[in-house]
Amino acid sequence: MSLITSTFARLKQQDKKALIPFITAGDPQPAVTVTLMHALVSAGADIIELGVPFSDPMADGPTIQRSSERALKHGVTLRQVLTFVTEFRARDTSTPVVLMGYANPVEAMGYAQFAIEAKSAGVDGVLVVDLPPEESAALIAELKRCAIDAIFLVAPTTTEARIRKIAEFASGYIYYVSLKGVTGASHLDLTEVGKRIPLIKSCVNLPVGVGFGIRDAATAHAVSKMADGIVIGSRLVQEIENSTPEQLINCVAGLMQSFRDAMDKR
Amino acid sequence: MKMIDLPDSNGHFGPFGGVFVAESLIDAVTELQDQYFSTRDDPAFLAEFDYELKNYVGRPSPIYYAKRWSEHLGGAQIWLKREDLNHTGAHKINNTIGQALLARRSGKKRVIAETGAGQHGVATATVAARYGLECVVYMGSEDIKRQSANVYRMMLLGATVVPVESGSKTLKDALNEAMRDWVTNVEHTFYIIGTVAGPHPYPMMVRDFQSVIGREAKVQMLEHVGRQPDVLIACVGGGSNAIGLFHPYLEDSQVRLIGVEAAGLGLNSGKHAATLCAGKPGILHGNRTYLIQDEAGQIIETHSISAGLDYPGVGPEHSWLKECKRAEYVAVTDQEALTAFHVLCRMEGIIPALESSHALAYAAKLASTMRNDEIILVNLSGRGDKDINTVAALSGITV
Repeated sequence: MSLITSTFARLKQQDKKALIPFITAGDPQPAVTVTLMHALVSAGADIIELGVPFSDPMADGPTIQRSSERALKHGVTLRQVLTFVTEFRARDTSTPVVLMGYANPVEAMGYAQFAIEAKSAGVDGVLVVDLPPEESAALIAELKRCAIDAIFLVAPTTTEARIRKIAEFASGYIYYVSLKGVTGASHLDLTEVGKRIPLIKSCVNLPVGVGFGIRDAATAHAVSKMADGIVIGSRLVQEIENSTPEQLINCVAGLMQSFRDAMDKR
Repeated sequence: MKMIDLPDSNGHFGPFGGVFVAESLIDAVTELQDQYFSTRDDPAFLAEFDYELKNYVGRPSPIYYAKRWSEHLGGAQIWLKREDLNHTGAHKINNTIGQALLARRSGKKRVIAETGAGQHGVATATVAARYGLECVVYMGSEDIKRQSANVYRMMLLGATVVPVESGSKTLKDALNEAMRDWVTNVEHTFYIIGTVAGPHPYPMMVRDFQSVIGREAKVQMLEHVGRQPDVLIACVGGGSNAIGLFHPYLEDSQVRLIGVEAAGLGLNSGKHAATLCAGKPGILHGNRTYLIQDEAGQIIETHSISAGLDYPGVGPEHSWLKECKRAEYVAVTDQEALTAFHVLCRMEGIIPALESSHALAYAAKLASTMRNDEIILVNLSGRGDKDINTVAALSGITV
């Protein structure tokens, strides 16, 4: 059983939902990333999605684009992101880490090499945003060989037939993109999410995390009643962007804690 | 599968092309594929497209023997395919007409486009005005500064030009931003991509619309000289004018195909846009193709005197034509292109676009090594009126 799978199983036993923060590795600067990851866990994160910065983040809104640009200004590479994970693992071996990013940096390293290095760093799952199932067979084969989960997106416009196809490739969890558009675009439609999750569940035997558009505690509370986990991305990255270096850890931890409390509320 | 029948049903040209987009865009891409494949052979659609090309664009564009220049060079005969004589002054409108007709058929009332130099933006704004569609053009804020005349043209034509401030603030970032708009507004928005890049079906669809260039050339060369040329030469940024000329000739193996990229300040300077000559394969903007990138897979800013060639990717079909050696790709520098620009002005009375000047520069080099009964056909993809400020500034003149 993968660390992601056992994490969802444990939470289910505790009648809790997964809180999944997303941060861009190296944002606002590389020295902070590992400290930030530990702070997220202390404040209630169950799984960490670590963004690999890319020069052309086509599926992201302005907030996450800027975080990518800040990280790239410091020359953060995929290899360096893997060293962050290695360093994180020195003190935390129980929190799953998922790398989320775009295909080209992975392509540049080579799929086989990437899978081997990611595994040895302690990566549990990989989500390559612009690699849909049709184009991902080669990468998935390498990830499988290294027992790394392949996380896939499902969108509001994904047809049922296509969800079934994604199910053939996916492991770990399904990341449901709760609105049309890019990350951080607007607030999500709760009724729509409430309808889509049962459909996804009927096609895929995996936990479903919901992200894109969860910006406040009330939405987090409502979505956590419907899904197995919630992803907080742009809202968190915005907090990082707006904090002074001295306040950064406290601000981020405070925000995480408020989402945790909202989700755990009966 | 014959080369001319590519891409395959998943949009692949050998290892290149495909659909590399986020799941949220899959539905839009699939819808476009369905629409294009059910329309591309529809006689009514083709008749409408031909009618517009003839009566609105002014096709067929002539081919012209540049006799004085050829004799001056003392080698092969250089012929020019005069895409510069099209309405709006470049080949770009062939494609925007085709896609705008598709948009109209789909009932979508809003079109969006990305633009670098502004040529594709102008061509899109033009057809949007022609068909009464709302038009939004994304343009890098750096490019807006460099191409203010085209920005004003688009505004005159009723388009909204949105400055893009992300990344390098140039064409690639404008394309990213247009994709983001498309994914958000797909129900009522048609995305008109300007070159043979993007996810399938764009590389194929844009090629199909631009192939009118090569189809006409085949007929016209027979009329004028009774045979096909020995060499075709076209500049390559994204590669739409080149593929438009080359594609109808793919199975004519005796015809050499040469794509000319922008070597900028030189291939060793690090300041160029010669993707096929100096890049390596990767994934960007929805397809696998050659890219200018660093060791870690980040896309690098490119440089060319010609904004239309200033792009770190290239159409996937060109990557395939390079890989299987059907076409050759070379690069010429800013300075060489500029020299060719001035020579054509003085010897033929034609002001060429700086993009096309790259093709002319290589044609001049090659012609002088060939016999005078051999023929080179150069795609003169656009006129240079838009470039006179750039050229004047290099000579220290303010126009």
